[in-house]
This record gives sequence, structure tokens and C-alpha cells, in this order.
Amino acid sequence: MAADFGTSGRLPLAYTAAGNSSFTEFLSQVAPELLPGRRNLPQGGAAKDLAPHATTIVAITFSGGVVMAGDRRATMGNLIASRDIEKVHPADPYSLVGIAGTAGVGIELIKLFQVELQHYEKIEGAMLSLDGKANRLATMIRGNLGAAMQGLVVVPLFAGFDLDADDPVKAGRIWSFDVTGGLYEETGYDAIGSGSLFAKSSLKKTYRPGLDADAAARLAVEALYDAADDDTATGGPDIIRKIFPVVMTATAEGTSRYSEPETAAMAEAILAARTERPTP
Amino acid sequence: MAMQFYASPEQIMRDRSEYARKGIARGRSVVVLTYAGGVLFVAENISTTLHKVSEIYDRIGFAAVGRYNEFENLRSAGVRMADLRGYSYDRRDVTGRALASAYSQTLGSIFSEQPGKPYEVEICVAEVGTSEAKDELYRLPYDGSVQEEPGFMAMGGQAEAISNVIKAQHREGLTLKEALKLALAAIGSVGGDNNGSRTIAANQLEVAILDRSRPGRKFRRLTGAALTAVMPGAEAQAAEAKADGKPDGKADAKSDDNGDGKEAAQ
Repeated sequence: MAADFGTSGRLPLAYTAAGNSSFTEFLSQVAPELLPGRRNLPQGGAAKDLAPHATTIVAITFSGGVVMAGDRRATMGNLIASRDIEKVHPADPYSLVGIAGTAGVGIELIKLFQVELQHYEKIEGAMLSLDGKANRLATMIRGNLGAAMQGLVVVPLFAGFDLDADDPVKAGRIWSFDVTGGLYEETGYDAIGSGSLFAKSSLKKTYRPGLDADAAARLAVEALYDAADDDTATGGPDIIRKIFPVVMTATAEGTSRYSEPETAAMAEAILAARTERPTP
Repeated sequence: MAMQFYASPEQIMRDRSEYARKGIARGRSVVVLTYAGGVLFVAENISTTLHKVSEIYDRIGFAAVGRYNEFENLRSAGVRMADLRGYSYDRRDVTGRALASAYSQTLGSIFSEQPGKPYEVEICVAEVGTSEAKDELYRLPYDGSVQEEPGFMAMGGQAEAISNVIKAQHREGLTLKEALKLALAAIGSVGGDNNGSRTIAANQLEVAILDRSRPGRKFRRLTGAALTAVMPGAEAQAAEAKADGKPDGKADAKSDDNGDGKEAAQ
């Protein structure tokens, strides 16, 4: 255990301090080197060309929850760094988080965020509210500002099922962020990453309120297809290698992921439709 | 002028032990035992929010008796330690043994530190394994010693009497219902009128399990319908309470060790 017992043999004060239920704050006291935003980086923005970049994520609300989907590509300059990276993860049993930007920092941030939420739940004996979770993530992004200024930009997309919502039909909620830790609640749908412009343009035409989960998932996959069509950094469905987008939902029953055959079927349906009426 | 009298180290340690033991014996009991599907925690506790049994990590649970502020302190420390280790290595690298050893060192140094009082707590760190034989139960009394228990343990007031009841009947391969029945029989074997046995209602219990078959976080509290479904003779009890026209057994439900713990269970 990383605990430094010192000469007394007792756990250090930070471990037994009362009133702190944040894992990030605890880390900043006992192991600040483990926090993504606390590293000394050399001057200049050279880091961004060295590290793989994760790209497009979309989220769409439907009646009774929210769906989030991400393509599978990470790029490094003109190279494809990964064809099967997973950028959408469950943050806790009722919320999802996806990342765009520097992949390494982003994945570390997701991992930290997952521990943060679980840590709070265990210490307090109750879950954070959905707004509380979004705020917490914003604080963590804010902590990364220094690194972001030097090229290691990470922007997440957060979505979840609000257990405190009056109307469970409208309980799916989405938040987007900016590099300074700005927190914006979105209505209906949102996308982040290099292909987000095209994904959002696609959703602008196809989204309507009151969708069901499967319809929303199909729209998400289609939006990613449109993003991949125009953005080189976003990966389309890979029929040959059988690599398809990660699609997850958060509902009253918790988070769940569409299985590979299901996402494959969605992607193939879209490909078939496009083959019939190709756009020039 | 105050005179400093000589007290031998043995005497000091004996006094401290006695002080801690008295504090622990005042509280109500907690029983931890393994069954086919995992590890079962049963505590007598009327509070639904101030827990004696809690989750530490994926496979690790925590149970305690004694002073609430002291074991709550240890519990948060355990969660922090486990989360830090899981975050910096891997979730599989968080083990009950490492946690028990950290608790043991902490309790041991608090026990022998002068000035200051020893903690009036006894805790259990339980880790569920892939099979019943691989489950681990660690008992950590106030003085920092640590014992690995064979499949079951009892802590708190009259722990020995309770433990003897379980010892006689505990075996490998109990179902959840059987294990709960045994735990309740053991806890109820003391504290009745004229040192007789008593039955304990579901609303005075805190029950949790480490469920071997669950993926990821295995800790789960059994409350409400999930608990009454596995309570022995739940249907009969409910019918009886209805006939009496009052909720079952509120009479002897007093707060025990959430505070100074003046109530004597003996």
C-alpha cells in the first residue's frame, strides 16, 4: 500500500481526516504525482504531436434515458494510432463519460473520475446527484488547464440518468465541457471531438424528442458515420476487422452496452441505406 | 503537588486492555460468516443510516463494533487506502490481507501510544474469494493483534457465547437462508429475559453480503423485501405482528453504541 506509515506505525493523518469524501482531494495530499493536472510539463506545445488523439463522441437523450456512442479511432498526426480504442465508459451505474482530445490523459481522467464517484459513494453511503457528478468532472478538467495550454487538451462529454428527476421520461441529461472547466447542460443531443461538427449537423436533421433507446442508438451510429465521412480523424465502421462504435445507454436500470452483433447490425443497416442512395 | 506513582508496563497494558474490552462489550453484536454464495454480515442495529457493516472495495467488506466515531474513522481510512491502491496498481491488487495489516499497525500503535486512550473497537475485514475455502476473515481487536478466523466470527457483547452457537452448527456449503438463520439464532441466544433466547425482527437488523457470483463490486446490503425474503419464518412473524396490532418488537430497540454507549447488553 502506498501509505507511508512513518515512525509511529499509524496511518497518516490524511487517511483518517474527517469530512473529506473526494478521492481527488485525498490524492492531492498523499500522492499528488498521480493527478493528471499536477505534472511539470516542459514549455511549448510539442507534447500534442507525440500523443495519440481520441476523436468523436455523440450523446442523445431518449425517453427514459440517454445513449452515448464513440468511434474507435485514435490518431497521431497523419497516422492512425489505434483502430479499436474505447472512449465511452460507464462513470458509475447511472452515468456515462466519453472523451475527446489527448487519449492518454483522457483515459486517466475517466479512471480517476470513476474512482472519485465510487469513493464518494462508499465514504458517504450515498451517491452524488447527477449535477454533483457533472460539477466534479468540471473541477477535474479545470485542474488539467495547465497541461491543456501546452497541448494536452482533454474535453469530456458526460451523460446520465437523473435518479432525482420528477419525470423519468425526461431523466436523461447531457453535459458538455470546455478546457477551462466550463460546464454546459445540453438539450436533446451533443457531440464533441474533431468530427463533432459533422455529427451535430447529422443529428440536427435526424433527432426528434421522444425517441426510444434503439432509435437513439441508431441515430448515434449514423451521426458517427457522417462524422467519419468528412473527418479523417474519425473512424467509420470497419467491416473487415469487425470494429464498430461503442454504444452505451444509461437508464433507470443502470448502464448497459450494446453488444457487438447489435452495433454491427446498426452499422450495416446504415451502410446498406447509404449504398442505395450514395451522396456525391 | 501531584506525585508521579510508578506503574509497571504490564499494569498499564492490562488497564488499557480492560478499558477497551469494557467499551466493546457494551455494544450489540455483529456476526460474520461464510456461506456457499459468499460472506454474510449480520449486525443488530436499529439505525438504517449509521452502519456497522460497509463496503471497502470490490471483494472486501468491513464490520465493526464499539465506538462509532472510532470505527467510522478506520472505515474511511480503509476505503481511502483501498481506492488509492486500486487506482495506482489494479483493482485485483487490493487485498483484505494488506488492509488487515494496515489496520493492525494503526490499532497497535494507538493502543500503546501515551498519552491517549486505546480505541474501543473490534473490527472484521472480510474478503470473498472464488470459493468458500478461499474466503478470508480477519479479526482485529483494539490492541492491534490480528487473527484469521475459520469461516465465522462474532464480535461485541457476549461474543464468546454467540460464537459457540455458530461453531456448533457452521459448516461449508450453507445457503444464504441457512446462514442467516444460524446467525440470528446465535445473536438471539443471548440477551433475552433471564438469560434466555429471543427473536430479532428484520427492522433491528443490518444485513449485508459479499456476493461471490456478482461481477465487479460484490458488496450488497439486504434491506426491505430482499431481507424479509430470506428471513427465517418471515411469513409467520408478520402474521403474528398483525394480530397483535403493533409493529414487531419495538420495545427493546434502543440506540446502543452510536455515542457513548451507556446501555449494557449484558
